[in-house]
Amino acid sequence: MIEIRDLTKRYGSFTALDHLNLSLEEGVVFGFVGANGAGKSTTFSILATLLSPTSGDALINGKSVVKEPKEVRKQIGYMPDFFGVYDQLKVDEYLDFYGASYGIQLAERQVLIPQLLELVNLTSKRYEYVDLLSRGMKQRLCLARALIHDPKVLILDEPASGLDPRARVEMRDILRNLKSMGKTILISSHILPELAEMCDEIGVIDNGKLIAHGNVAAIQAQLQGEKRIALKVTDRMDEVRAFLEEDPHISSIDVIDNRLEIAFNYRGTDADQVALLKKAMLADLPIYALSEEEKDLEDVFMAITKGADNQ
Amino acid sequence: MMERFNNPVLVKELKLRFRSFKSFSGLMFYLAVLCIFIAGFLLLTTEFTGRGFFRPETSFMMFAVLTILQMALVLFITPSLTAGAISSEREKQTLNILLTTTQSSTQIVVGKLLSSVAFLVLMLAAGLPLYSLVFLFGGVSPSQLISIFLFYLVTVVAIGSIGVMFSTITKRTIVAMIATYGSIIFLGGITAFFFFLTMAFHQMGNAIGTSTSFMTYFWASINPGALMLTLISPEMGDALAELSGVELPVWITYLIAYVLIIVLCLTIAIKKLRANMKSNR
Repeated sequence: MIEIRDLTKRYGSFTALDHLNLSLEEGVVFGFVGANGAGKSTTFSILATLLSPTSGDALINGKSVVKEPKEVRKQIGYMPDFFGVYDQLKVDEYLDFYGASYGIQLAERQVLIPQLLELVNLTSKRYEYVDLLSRGMKQRLCLARALIHDPKVLILDEPASGLDPRARVEMRDILRNLKSMGKTILISSHILPELAEMCDEIGVIDNGKLIAHGNVAAIQAQLQGEKRIALKVTDRMDEVRAFLEEDPHISSIDVIDNRLEIAFNYRGTDADQVALLKKAMLADLPIYALSEEEKDLEDVFMAITKGADNQ
Repeated sequence: MMERFNNPVLVKELKLRFRSFKSFSGLMFYLAVLCIFIAGFLLLTTEFTGRGFFRPETSFMMFAVLTILQMALVLFITPSLTAGAISSEREKQTLNILLTTTQSSTQIVVGKLLSSVAFLVLMLAAGLPLYSLVFLFGGVSPSQLISIFLFYLVTVVAIGSIGVMFSTITKRTIVAMIATYGSIIFLGGITAFFFFLTMAFHQMGNAIGTSTSFMTYFWASINPGALMLTLISPEMGDALAELSGVELPVWITYLIAYVLIIVLCLTIAIKKLRANMKSNR
């Protein structure tokens, strides 16, 4: 259970976080969305007890990050957006060092390390030097490191940044696995569509303020008022365009001539859409395919932050 | 049982230190300097003087110069080992992760310091066989050697603490390194300069032995070179007592001053390690 209350962080006249309030239940996977410099990393640093807030507080399982940072550290596993590894240390020694840093006894560490390596698919790399691992492997190792003391809460700052698509998929599978283990996971990412699949809740932060918070469906629904539909035609593009322009629910029609494709925004209900299709068929228009372009989190994010700017 | 006294940072640092080629090359360089010096000294005092034998007084002379040389080497090497303690973790982006573990700031700082000190102790120990040559020829008592090594240790820990402190409060290793070397220049050089300056002033104003000059005594007593001289030959200490009028043995003041430096520097380092946190727990 995470409770962020009026969290504010100022650097001189610059406000990085502006009275942030957020409450998360146990076991929730929370996606933190925001542009660079919006305040995601600052929030995570405060939760990870690396930074004191100017005012406000955050409670992790009832422990205050300001008053009981040591207790909080036991509850959280933190993975920063940028991190390094020690040269000349092997994978199992790397985990052993952090295990010892959390006060885990040697015998217990020896049992834990193979389990964690298995979890992040690094069993075969156990005796290799950490600095020789690929970026994706380092990222997974760092995740295993964050899990060594079995924290209830995971704070992952951009865990997928800089990873190739395969490594990203692997990371996502591991996180899904962790979710099933009942961990509360806070994750920030620029790879927004990936968050949509994984997260129960999404928070959008802009200029240090939380401008939207809710489950993924709710936030997506905010945008569902307008769909983006694409039609494929065999010929007679102008005719199809003229037909579409007559419909009151349609706006911003884009004709992509070289692909014989027409895309448009549609505000009508599903029933309106049925009527439109029927009309098109009766008019004998050469439409052979219709598809609805899915709005992903990226669009949600762009729409919400744009809205905030305009206020 | 061992686990209770285990310092993870210390264990990790020792592991890393002994795996790097730099440590071994450093140790080799150090022993090479000592060997060259001893061989040169033996040659100079036997071959070139044409005597072909070695007298206890010459052996004592060698001991004295060796002691000062070793002190200079230790002062030269310590900053390079300690000034990167925290700042290199910061530069390698490993510090943040370390700070989110449940290790206390004290544990981290002390672990860092002890790992460097352990390496320096190894260096001093590695030089001991060379020292034994002095015993071969006589002229020096073992107790003298022990007290000198104890003061090496105090000095190493103090300079190491200064290094760790600068490493914690500055962002970059190079800055910490410069600041630590600066401190050594102050302790080893500037204090000597002040010593001669205050002595000159004192002598101008008074005849020797008629009044006390605390400053003359103070500057001499915090200088590692001066301390070593008084340990090598107690007459030096007597001369200083006569000159400054302060009877207290130099080593006592030195010990107090350096323990204060250690305590102060470590306290600052521990307080500043989690600088972005208001409470340092």
